[in-house]
Amino acid sequence: MNFELSKEQEMTRKMVRDFAEGVIQPRTIEIDTKAEFPADIFDQMGELGLMGIPFPEQYGGSDGDTLTYAIAVEEIGRICGSTGLSYAAAVSLGASPIYYFGTEEQKQKFLVPLAKGEALGAFGLTEPNAGSDAGGTKTTAVLDGDEYVINGEKCFITNASFAKTITVTAVTGKDDRGKNIISAILVPTDTKGLTITSNYDKMGVRGSDTAEIVLEDVRVPKENLLGDPQKGFKQFLYTLDGGRISIAALGLGIAQASLEKALAYAKERKQFGQSISKFQAIQFKLADIAMEVELARNMVYKAAWLKDQEKNFTKEAAYAKLFATETAFRAANQAIQIHGGYGYMREYEVERYLRDAKLLEIGEGTSEVQRLVIARQLGC
Amino acid sequence: MNIYVLMKRTFDTEEKIVISNGRIEEEGAEFIINPYDEYAIEEAIQLRDEHGGEVTVVTIGSEDAEKQLRTALAMGADKAVLINTEDDVEESDQFTTVKILEAFFDDKEYDLILAGNVAIDQASGQIGPRLAEKLNIPYVTTITNLKIDGDTAHIERDVEGDVEKLDASLPLLVTCQQGLNEPRYPSLPGIMKAKKKPLEELELDDLDLDEDDVEPKTKTIEVFLPPAKEAGKVLEGEIDDQVKELVSLLRNESKVI
Repeated sequence: MNFELSKEQEMTRKMVRDFAEGVIQPRTIEIDTKAEFPADIFDQMGELGLMGIPFPEQYGGSDGDTLTYAIAVEEIGRICGSTGLSYAAAVSLGASPIYYFGTEEQKQKFLVPLAKGEALGAFGLTEPNAGSDAGGTKTTAVLDGDEYVINGEKCFITNASFAKTITVTAVTGKDDRGKNIISAILVPTDTKGLTITSNYDKMGVRGSDTAEIVLEDVRVPKENLLGDPQKGFKQFLYTLDGGRISIAALGLGIAQASLEKALAYAKERKQFGQSISKFQAIQFKLADIAMEVELARNMVYKAAWLKDQEKNFTKEAAYAKLFATETAFRAANQAIQIHGGYGYMREYEVERYLRDAKLLEIGEGTSEVQRLVIARQLGC
Repeated sequence: MNIYVLMKRTFDTEEKIVISNGRIEEEGAEFIINPYDEYAIEEAIQLRDEHGGEVTVVTIGSEDAEKQLRTALAMGADKAVLINTEDDVEESDQFTTVKILEAFFDDKEYDLILAGNVAIDQASGQIGPRLAEKLNIPYVTTITNLKIDGDTAHIERDVEGDVEKLDASLPLLVTCQQGLNEPRYPSLPGIMKAKKKPLEELELDDLDLDEDDVEPKTKTIEVFLPPAKEAGKVLEGEIDDQVKELVSLLRNESKVI
C-alpha cells in the first residue's frame, strides 16, 4: 500500500490552497452574507484549469484524475463551502455526465466549454415531487419529428442560473414492464420555453446558486439525448456515485477547516489562567475531530482512487459521502462549542461551516439514502 | 534569449522553526520555492514569452527539491536542473553554492540570469552578486522593473524605498525584489505538462568538482532561536517618576543608553 500522493497531486493541493487562501478567503463572509455567486472567482478557476481536472486534454480538460479533483474540492471547501459546492456540482454533475455518456459531437459542443471553464454546467434531476425518489420523475420528453418536446419542473438545481447547458432528466416512454424510461437530455439555457428562477433564501452555501427550472414546450434536437435512451436512470446513478465523492471531499474540506479554527482558538484562548487547549474537555473534542477528519480523508481518497482504477466504487463513495459530510457537521458543531459565544458570531466563520455542512447531509443523496445505497451493496 | 533562474527550496515562512541538536529540524516542515525566486521565475517566463528563447531553472539541493523544480516547470519554465549534492556535500555555505554554480555556468550560453533578492531562510543575499563576479558579468540587485531592448536592460531597482533607474548590458545577472511582478499560480494543465518537461540531474562529478573544491569557508558555531518575547512592563505613578524609572531601566536593564 502506498498512501503517498503523486507530485502532481501535491502540486495541485498547494496551488489550489494558495489560490483559495489568496483569492477566495478575503471574500468568504461577503459571499455568505450577500448570497451572491462569485462568477469572477469561477472565471479564474477556469483559467487555472480547475474546471476540467478529471477530463482529458482533447475535451478541454487538464488530464488529471478523480483524486486530484477531490483534493481540489477539499481545498476550496476548506475556505468556502459555497464556492466548493458550485465547483463540485459544475464538474461532477454539469460536465461529468457529458464526458461519461456523450457522443464525440456532444463532447465537443457541450463538454469543451465546461472543461475549459468558459461556461458552467448544471444537472436537472430533482423535482418538487421527486427527490430521493428520482424514479418518480414527472418531467416528460416527447419525440416530435426530429425534436424532443420537454415539459416539467425542476427544483434545487445548483448553478442553473449561471449555466449554459443543463442536463435534464425526463420520462421518454415506458419499458416492457410498464415502468418509466428516464433519459437525460442536454438543454441549452437559451432555449425558448425554459425559465430559470433563483429565489431560494438558504440556510447555508448561500453564495452557491440554486434555482428552479420550468420547462414549457422546450424543443431540443433529438441528437441532444445523452447516452443510451434506455439507460438514463442507470446513467444518472453512476453520475451521482461520482458526485458523492466530490460532496464527500467538500465535507472533508469543511471538517478540516473546523479542526484548524478550533485548534488555533483553543491554543490562544485563555481561561482560568491557561489556554483552554490544556483542558481535557477541549482536548477530547479536538482529538475526536482530528481523528474523524483523517478517517474521512482516507475514505474519500480511497473512493476516488477506486474510481480512477476503474473499479466499482458505489459503496465506497456512499461511505465517503455519509461519513465525511456527517464529520463536517460534527466538527463544525464542536468548533462552535470550543469557540463559545464567539463561535456563534459570523466573523469567526465556524457558524458558517455548520450551516454549509448541513446541506451536504442532504444534497446529492441524503445521509439516509447513503445508508440505503450501502445496505443494497451489502445485499440487503 | 537564454534565461536562467537560480532557485532555492526553503522553509515555508509560516512554519514554526524547531531547533534540535544544533540544527533546524526539517522533519514535517513545509517547503516552498523561496518567494523572491518566484518573482525571478515569473519574470523569466514573461521575458521568454515576449522575446522568445528558453527558461531553465537551476537549484542545488537534494532529491526533495524536485517538487519545487516541477512547480517552476508548471508555472511555465522550459527546463529544470537539479544539482544534487546530497551524497557529496555535508556542510555548505555561500562559497559552496557559488562554486558549484560557477562550474555549472562554465559551458553555458546565457543572456540573463535571474535570482531572488535573498532567500528567506538564511537571507545572505550573496549568491547572485558573487556568481556574477565569478562569471565576470554585470549584476543589479533588488530590481522592481525590467525591460529588455536588444542588448540593453532598462532596470528600476529598489533603494531603501526609493527607485533607482539604470541601464545595463547583457549578459547580465539580476536579483528580484517584491513588486517586480505578481507570480502566477501554476495552472492544472501546467502541472500535468510539467512531468513531461526535461529535468536534468547533475552531481559534483558531472561538473568536474571534488568535495574539497566546495568546502565551505565559514563554520557554523551555534544555531539558536531569538529569545522569546517577554511580557511588557507598564510603569505607574507620577509622570516624573515614570520618566526617571524608564531612563534608569533603559540604562541599567536593557543597556541601550
